[in-house]
Amino acid sequence: MGKRVSGAAVAFFAPLAAAENQLNMSPGVTEIGADIFQLHMLIMWICVAIGVAVFAVMFYSIYAHRKSKGHQAAQFHESTRVEVAWTVVPFLILIAMAVPATSTLLEVYDNDEAELDILITGYQWKWKYEYLDESGEPVAFFSNLATSQEEIYNTEHKGDNYLLEVDEPLVIPTNTKVRFLVTANDVIHSWWVPEIAVKRDAIPGFINEAWTRVPEEGIYRGQCTELCGAYHGFMPVEVHAVSPEDFDAWLLAKRGAAAAQTQLAMQTLSVDELMDRGKAVYDSACLACHGAQGEGGIGNAIAGSTVVLGDLSSHMAVVAGGVSGTAMQAFGGQLNDVELAAVLTYQRNAFGNNTGDVVQPGDVAGMKNG
Amino acid sequence: MADHHGPAQGISRWLFTTNHKDIGTMYLWFSFAMFLLGGFFAMVIRAELFQPGMQLVEPGFFNQMTTLHGLVMVFGAIMPSFVGLANWLIPMMIGAPDMALPRMNNWSFWILPPAFLMLASTLFMEGGAPAFGWTFYAPLSTTYAAPSVTFFIFAIHILGVSSIMGSINIIATVMNMRAPGMTYMKMPMFVWTWLITAFLLVAVMPVLAGAVTMMLMDIHFGTSFFSAAGGGDPVLFQHIFWFFGHPEVYIIILPAFGVVSQIIPAFSRKPLFGYASMVYATASIAFLSFIVWAHHMYTVGMPIAGELFFMYATMLIAVPTGVKVFNWISTMWRGALSFETPMLFCIGFLILFTLGGFTGLMLSIAPADFQYHDTYFVVAHFHYVMVAGAVFSMTAAVYYWLPKWCGRMYNEAMGKTHFWVSFIGFNITFFPQHFVGLAGMPRRIPDYALQFADFNMMSSIGAFIYGASQLLFLYNVVATIVAGKPVSEEKVWDGAEGLEWTVATPAPYHTFEEPPLVPKPAGTI
Ligand code: HEM
Ligand SMILES: [Cu+2]
Repeated sequence: MGKRVSGAAVAFFAPLAAAENQLNMSPGVTEIGADIFQLHMLIMWICVAIGVAVFAVMFYSIYAHRKSKGHQAAQFHESTRVEVAWTVVPFLILIAMAVPATSTLLEVYDNDEAELDILITGYQWKWKYEYLDESGEPVAFFSNLATSQEEIYNTEHKGDNYLLEVDEPLVIPTNTKVRFLVTANDVIHSWWVPEIAVKRDAIPGFINEAWTRVPEEGIYRGQCTELCGAYHGFMPVEVHAVSPEDFDAWLLAKRGAAAAQTQLAMQTLSVDELMDRGKAVYDSACLACHGAQGEGGIGNAIAGSTVVLGDLSSHMAVVAGGVSGTAMQAFGGQLNDVELAAVLTYQRNAFGNNTGDVVQPGDVAGMKNG
Repeated sequence: MADHHGPAQGISRWLFTTNHKDIGTMYLWFSFAMFLLGGFFAMVIRAELFQPGMQLVEPGFFNQMTTLHGLVMVFGAIMPSFVGLANWLIPMMIGAPDMALPRMNNWSFWILPPAFLMLASTLFMEGGAPAFGWTFYAPLSTTYAAPSVTFFIFAIHILGVSSIMGSINIIATVMNMRAPGMTYMKMPMFVWTWLITAFLLVAVMPVLAGAVTMMLMDIHFGTSFFSAAGGGDPVLFQHIFWFFGHPEVYIIILPAFGVVSQIIPAFSRKPLFGYASMVYATASIAFLSFIVWAHHMYTVGMPIAGELFFMYATMLIAVPTGVKVFNWISTMWRGALSFETPMLFCIGFLILFTLGGFTGLMLSIAPADFQYHDTYFVVAHFHYVMVAGAVFSMTAAVYYWLPKWCGRMYNEAMGKTHFWVSFIGFNITFFPQHFVGLAGMPRRIPDYALQFADFNMMSSIGAFIYGASQLLFLYNVVATIVAGKPVSEEKVWDGAEGLEWTVATPAPYHTFEEPPLVPKPAGTI
C-alpha cells in the first residue's frame, strides 16, 4: 500500500520535474526546418502587429466611448474610402506572405537527386523501415514502441523519453540527401519528425515522397500524426543521424545479419534453438495480448487453444494472416520464416501444449508457397 | 383576431406543432442537451489527459470519446442551435407570420432526437462507438471500423435530411414571406447570413451523404471507393469529406456573424458600419469556402500546383474575414457603449474569433502547416473559432433575445459571472494548446510525452472551469423562464432595432398575421 502511494506520488511529480515547457515551434536542425520556422515567425509577428492595432482601437473605444461616461453615439456609417483601404491593404500583406511561402514550398517538394532511398511503411501500430538499394542483401526492420506497459499504466517511473522511444530506430547518414518513400499497410498514418521538419501521410496503396538532409549527428524523435486506431498515440518515430562512415558500417552489419537470417532459413534447427528463438518472438510480439503464460487477455488463451493444438496449417494461417475484425494482426509480413517457425514451435510446446511438433523454416516457406 | 388560437395543451403541443416559435424552442433545448452531452465527453477526454499515463479509460474508448465529442458538438449542439434561432427570429425579423413550410419544419426537428439517440447508443454496442474522429477518414472508418459504423452512417443520413429540409424552409421563407417593403438589402444581417448559410447547406449536405453512402457500399456491398486494393483511393474520401467539411465550418460561423452584427449595433447604439460590405463579405466567404477544402490535406502528397492553389485561395479568405472584424470595431467606434451580458459575449467573440482567424491564416501557409498539421495547434485554432466564435455568439443571442421570448429578464450579475468564468476558463483551456501543438504534441492521442504535462494539466483545469460555467448558464436561463423579473416594453434593449422588437413582450404565439409596415431605415441595422 505504502509503495503504491509513493509510486503514485512519483508518477504525479515526475512530469513537473522533467518538464521544460517549450512554447514555440522548434527551428530544428535542417535548412528547411529553419526556413519553415522563419516563415512561421514572420506570419506570427504580422498577425501580432495587426492584432495589436485592431485591439488597441477596440479597447480605446471600449474605454472612451462608454455610455456610462455619458458618451453620445455618433450615427455615421459607410465610407467607401475606408472600406477600400481595409480590403486592399490586407490583400497586399497577403501577397508579401505568399512570396516566401511559395519558395519554401518549392524547396520542400524538391525530391530529386536523393543519395539514399528509404521505404517507410506504417502498420497498426509500428513503423517498418526498408533501405532500398539493389546491391546486397535487403535490410528491413520494424520499429516498435519501447516504453513499457508499466510506465504507461503508472506502476513504474516514466523515463525521459516516455512514449518517444523505440526498440530499433531508423538510422540515416548526416549531410546526405535522404529520400523517404512513405506508404502504409492498413490505415492512413503520418510520419512526423518535428526537428527535421518532415511530415508525410502514409497512405495504403500509394507512395508519397519526402526528403531531408540532416547536418548534425543526433537523435530526433517524433510520432504518428494521423489517427490510425486505438494505439495511435503509441507509435513513435526515432531517427538516429550518424556520420556517413558510421552509417556504412551499420548498414554493413545489418546486411550481414540479414544474410545470416537467410542462411538460417535454409537450415534445420534444433528444438532447443527453435524454442529459444520462439520465446523471444512470443515475448515481443504475442505476450501483450496472449499473456506471459499463454493465459490470454485481449486475445484468446494459447494454453490449451484448439487452434494451437490442432492442425499446423490452420495455426499458421491465423498467425500469418491474422483474424480480421479483431486485434489479432497478420504477422506473415512482419516475421521472417525463422521467426514464424520458431514461434509456431514455441506455441505448440510451451504452456503445457506438449504436442511435440517441430516446425522448421522450410516448412513455413512451404506453407507460404503452397 | 390576433390570437385566434393559442397552443394545444400537453405533449401534443410539442409533437404536432407547426409553430415556428415552438419549433425554435425545441431546437434550442435539444441543442443545449447535446451541448451538455458533448461537454460530458470532453470532460472525459480532459480528465484522461490531466496527467501523462493512462488513468481512467482505455485508448480505444478515448478515441470513441473524441469522435462522439466532435460529432455531437458540430451536428447536435452548434448546428441545431442556430436553426432554432433561425426559427424563432427569421419570421419575426422579416415580418412573416411563420416559416414557409411549417409541417416540414416539425418533421425536420423531430427526426433529430432519434438520430442522436441512435448515435449515442453505439456506445453500448459490441466493438464500441465509432472511434475514427469526427472526420472519419477511410479506411479507418470502413474496413477497420467497429460494426456500429453502420448506425453512424444512418444517423448522419438523418441529420443531413434534417439540415436540408431546414435550409429549404429558410430559403423559401426568406424569398417569399418578407413583408412588403422588406427588400433584400433591408433585411437584418442575421437573416442574410442565414440565407447564405442555407444555400451552403443545400449544396454540401448531399456531398456528405454521398461520402457516407460510399462508405456503406465499401463496408457491406463489396465496392472499393476508398480502398486502393480494389482500384479506389483513400484520399478520395478526404477530398469528398472536406468539400463538405470546409463549407461546414462556415455554416457554423456565418449565423454567428449574423448574431454579432445584430447585437454590437444594439449596445453601441449606432448602426452597423458597413451593411452592404458585410453582405458582400459574407457572400464572398461563402463562395471561397467551396474552393479551399484541400487546405486540410496539405500533407497527403498533392502535386505542387494543387498545393499552391489551395494555399493562395485559403489565404484570400482572410480578406473578407478582416472586413467583418473591421466593420464590427468601426460600429463600436464613437458609439455609446454599454456592457450587458450579450455585449460582453460579443466582445469576447470579437477578440477570440480574431485570434482564431490569425491562427487560421498561419495554418493556411502550406509549408508551415507541415509542422502544424494534426497537432494541438490545429485543435486550438478550431476551438477559438468554433467555441469562442459560434458558441459565444449563440450564448450572446440567448441572453439578448430571451427577454423577448419569455417576457422575463435574466439575472444580469449571474450573466456577467457566466461570461467571465467562461472567458477565463476558455482561455486557460485552449491558449496553452497552441504551445503544446507547436512543441510537437499530435492531436487525438490519449497519452503524451512528459514535456507536455504542465500545459495539459492547465488545459484540463480550464476545461473543468469552462464546463462548470455552463451549468450556471442553464440555471440562469431556467430561473429566468420560471421566475425572472417580468418585462413588458416592446423594445427590451434601448438600442435594439428591427421588427422583432416591435411586437409585444413576451412575443405572442402568433406574430405578424397582418404584415407590418417596414420602417424606413431598417436596412441599416
Ligand atoms: C481566416 C479564416 C480561416 C482560415 C484561413 C482557416 C484555415 C484553416 C486551415 C488551413 C486548417 C487546416 C489545418 C490543419 O489541419 O493542418 C483549418 C482547420 C480547421 N478550421 Fe479553420 N480557418 C479559418 C477559419 C475557420 C472558421 C471560421 C472555422 C469554424 C467556425 C474553422 C474551423 C476549422 C476546423 C474545425 C478545423 C479542423 C478540422 C479538423 O481537422 O478536425 N476555421 N483551418
Ligand atoms: Cu477549412
